[in-house]
Amino acid sequence: MRNPLSDKAVALQPSGIRKFFDIVSEMDDVISLGVGEPDFDTPWAVRDEGIYTLERGKTFYTSNSGLKELREQISINVKQRLGVSYDPVSEVFVTVGGSEGIDLACRAMLNPGDEVLVPQPSYVAYTPCITLAGGVPVTIELKEENNFRLTAQEVLDAVTDKTKLLILPFPNNPCGSILEREDLEAIAKVVIEKDLYVVSDEIYSSLVYTEEPHVSISSLPGMRERTILIDGFSKAYAMTGWRLGYVCGPAAIVQQMVKIHQYCIMCAPTNSQYAAVVALRDCQDEVRKMRDAYNQRRRYLMYAFEQMGLPCFEPFGAFYMFPCIKEFGMTSDEFATKLLQEERVAVVPGTAFGDCGEGYVRISYAYSVEQLKKAMERLGRFVARHRKV
Amino acid sequence: MRDQILTFLERNSRIDLDELAIMLGASREVIEAEIRQMEEEQVICGYSTVINWDKTDAEKVTALIEVRVTPQRDMGFDSIAERIYNYPEVRSVYLISGGYDLMVILEGKTLREVSSFVNSKLASLDTVISTSTHFILKKYKAEGTIMDKKEKDERMMLT
Repeated sequence: MRNPLSDKAVALQPSGIRKFFDIVSEMDDVISLGVGEPDFDTPWAVRDEGIYTLERGKTFYTSNSGLKELREQISINVKQRLGVSYDPVSEVFVTVGGSEGIDLACRAMLNPGDEVLVPQPSYVAYTPCITLAGGVPVTIELKEENNFRLTAQEVLDAVTDKTKLLILPFPNNPCGSILEREDLEAIAKVVIEKDLYVVSDEIYSSLVYTEEPHVSISSLPGMRERTILIDGFSKAYAMTGWRLGYVCGPAAIVQQMVKIHQYCIMCAPTNSQYAAVVALRDCQDEVRKMRDAYNQRRRYLMYAFEQMGLPCFEPFGAFYMFPCIKEFGMTSDEFATKLLQEERVAVVPGTAFGDCGEGYVRISYAYSVEQLKKAMERLGRFVARHRKV
Repeated sequence: MRDQILTFLERNSRIDLDELAIMLGASREVIEAEIRQMEEEQVICGYSTVINWDKTDAEKVTALIEVRVTPQRDMGFDSIAERIYNYPEVRSVYLISGGYDLMVILEGKTLREVSSFVNSKLASLDTVISTSTHFILKKYKAEGTIMDKKEKDERMMLT
């Protein structure tokens, strides 16, 4: 029998999180700090709207781009938050989560051999999506000495004449790092000078804990026409299972992305789309409350790490900490495995997010303070026991 | 800062102040001073506990009583409200807009005890025109707390 598999599919690395997941799910009494989704329930108003639209039988396809009302609400929300205007008809469309947007951007923009700059550590989907689209991922290592921010110089150093796209994964999963206005201005200068495009994954943009709210690179002069902005409902509105995201960008690119979306997805789930209208329109206060709660937990974990002497740069975005575990003389994988076996605390090895995540682990604070406290007790014990004197 | 402190205390008045200080990014002294100030200003009027009495052996009934009254000259509803709220059986008294004037929340051991209070103490007041008593059969949520909350984490362990 012939080999049924595509070489491309087989060559893809399985997700590093997945491997660990199999070990964890075999164990009891584990406190997991390993999830990448909010612990909060979806706001009740949103769930209620979901129920209501099901009752009314709103169960058919929407247009490929998504419900008109939803695209209008997205356009209003993006304008308010980020100060960028997008035409809800031709420059906004609704996707199945932020991940679909990443995939479509790669497929709509890349030709074989085009190089794409991918800062790492970062979300696991970028390089596979680039590879599947025929592009060539080129990794840029984010450095702790820069607080895991991307610098313009790093971009410049990685650019070749084949470079077409820059993935901008900030606020960053797994580091929790952000880019502020000055960082973005410097990067934008390089992008324009080298005639690049940017896929800006801003799925955590509502979870930023600095005085100045999140700045989108698309809001900088000359960048709107070079940026595909990806955001969604999973993180800000605690709606992961609803599978809903959106893309904003120049009409010419969006048009091609919608074409592919139309052939492989048809449209995002109708029920989720109706519910999302309510999320954008009526739930801003709940978003703020959840952000406040994350920020409080973030401060608590910073304090707990400090107490146990675990070095960690202060993250200002998303809901992750990325402490350095190099002093223990173990790889990230060994550290996470031992921590799980000895103290039953699950964290994700930094290497799940790229080789340069070696020496770090990702700790999520999408958990109640009570759970975090229990986990920090266990982690503190572990750290003290394994510390080399 | 005040709002944030109050939000925490309303949910858990027993919160450790060191912990609260860390989470709000302030010093313990600042938090303590702010709470003391709010106690003095009676922004914070007391600290209570949300109890699901149904899970204890205690016999308790709670009634909501709608009371219509004649307001008194110069005093409005305040003096009649005071006459009612001074009874220890009375948990809460609210002045209400709409079809009646005062909402009185009353707690007693038995139905009989509550109705006897309504008849002998409330309805007999000169200014009370009428009362209408509703007994609470089951508490689902009180003071913002769901009584029988399901606390299961539905998320996968790692994502």
